[in-house]
Amino acid sequence: MVSSQSESGLLSSEGDSQRTQYPYVTGTSVIGIKYKDGILMAADMGGSYGSTIRYKSVERLKQVGKHSLLGASGEISDFQEILRYLDELILHDNMWDDGNSLGPKEVHNYLTRIMYNRRNKFDPLWNSLVLGGVKNGQKYLGSVSMIGVHFEDSHVATGFGNHLARPILREEWREDLSFEEGVKLLEKCMRNLLYRDRSAVNKLQIAKITEDGLTISQPYSLKTFWNFGAFQNPTVGAEGSW
Amino acid sequence: MGVGFETVPFLTTFILLPKTSPLFPYSSGFFSQIFCESPTRLIDPQLVSSSLLPANLLILGVSYLKMPSETMDVPKTGFSFDLCRRNDMLAKKGLKSPSYLKTGTTIVGLIFENGVILGADTRATEGPIVADKNCEKIHYMAPNIYCCGAGTAADTEAVTDNISSQLKLHRYHTGRESRVVTALTLLKSHLFRYQGHVSAALVLGGVDVTGPHLHTIYPHGSTDTLPYATMGSGSLAAMAIFESEYREGLTRDEGVNLVTKAICSGIFNDLGSGSNVDVCVIEKGKKEYLRNHLTPNPRTYISSRGYTFSKKAEVLLTKITPLKELVEVVEVGGDAMEE
Repeated sequence: MVSSQSESGLLSSEGDSQRTQYPYVTGTSVIGIKYKDGILMAADMGGSYGSTIRYKSVERLKQVGKHSLLGASGEISDFQEILRYLDELILHDNMWDDGNSLGPKEVHNYLTRIMYNRRNKFDPLWNSLVLGGVKNGQKYLGSVSMIGVHFEDSHVATGFGNHLARPILREEWREDLSFEEGVKLLEKCMRNLLYRDRSAVNKLQIAKITEDGLTISQPYSLKTFWNFGAFQNPTVGAEGSW
Repeated sequence: MGVGFETVPFLTTFILLPKTSPLFPYSSGFFSQIFCESPTRLIDPQLVSSSLLPANLLILGVSYLKMPSETMDVPKTGFSFDLCRRNDMLAKKGLKSPSYLKTGTTIVGLIFENGVILGADTRATEGPIVADKNCEKIHYMAPNIYCCGAGTAADTEAVTDNISSQLKLHRYHTGRESRVVTALTLLKSHLFRYQGHVSAALVLGGVDVTGPHLHTIYPHGSTDTLPYATMGSGSLAAMAIFESEYREGLTRDEGVNLVTKAICSGIFNDLGSGSNVDVCVIEKGKKEYLRNHLTPNPRTYISSRGYTFSKKAEVLLTKITPLKELVEVVEVGGDAMEE
């Protein structure tokens, strides 16, 4: 009997079909919250190429149709591909010219199907998406991951935001946040990410979508504080350590 | 056979097996080394078997033919890294060893205006199971120094106990209060010597003559000196709270509240942390160990009626027979227990 020990332990050898992809140019976290009038989303503008921050003006928040806003983290080229798919979807929807337009729930479902089907073909789109919008007074905020995991919630985050921003959001999010309070909350989370996520850059955009429409802010940067006494002279009194 | 080991310089044990016996696979032909009766000598049985016995009989046991005193090896001290070679061999064959497990914990420390506050959760996990719902992760190092430990529980306890006793001896020798940098250096050099194999990530805090100090120590032996620090699997959740709310010059109550908030963030947002919050406040000249300062996870559903078990079987008759009457107890003169 031929022993199968030599093949069993090893993963697929080189030369087989391309099973795993590697992301090349990636964006870091996106955070989205529901507030009183609609959805607020924040993302920074960095595109990292491995461990260098190659691009500093990548817009990762984009409008989809009349009612939705999409934010993506992960591979930027796959994000652009998704935007093409959505473009086609919205175009066909407009061509029907029936007075109805696709809302955030429908777009979210479409994205889920795309992501899940690509994952089943072992050729995923390497993104984590946040989709939010308002239609007929109904606010909707959902998330889809690279393998097709999707859910709907009052506050979502992708990537590092899951670990650093969600605890803050779980503490401090309320149903009736005003616009200013929402922005302050998002900035608090983004500042946290800036301190503790190595691929974050200090240039971010905040997007707001309400029943009336969508606005994506101009890029701006956050104020950071580095003047703790202990940071000035960290080893005073503790000579020999660092 | 049947000779005591103490009386003869060598011991002979042969168990002969025909080649057709079902025990054949276990016989010496299939082992490269067999542990013989004497614990310090390993002999290749081929050398013994081929010269002494017919070819169709194989040895199961091996004799030790030299005087024990001539060839006694002194056992090596410290960690034995023999299995590392085996692991390397397996890894080359394609076996994926389990990656470094950050065992569940949230531990934090912060410096407030008069001293240091340390905090920890109380859950000890064994893979996916909670092994201890209310363990103590804040370890005593010195009257003015405490240390929180994350990582392998045995490693953190052993390392902190060891350094704690070294500190005590040092206190006797010098006649002075221990300093936090002393504990830091002892811990750091111990962990570095073991190259990260002692999986202990520590938050060390205390107040000594030079003031309050807070340090983090990583399993490979690097350290940081910080105004606020978190370690463990829940460290990101706790750090999110610290980064957004820490200020300099916090009062004691504000500091305790912030530490509690950070640990709760770890408890509720990280699966590896849970149960209760322990806090330890160290100031100049005094310390307060607040065990289970907050218990945000009580058992919610307890039957208010208590537990009673219905008496299904009726008792008809009760008869008690002391066994002493039935048995003869004979006292034998001499020692009670001979080993």
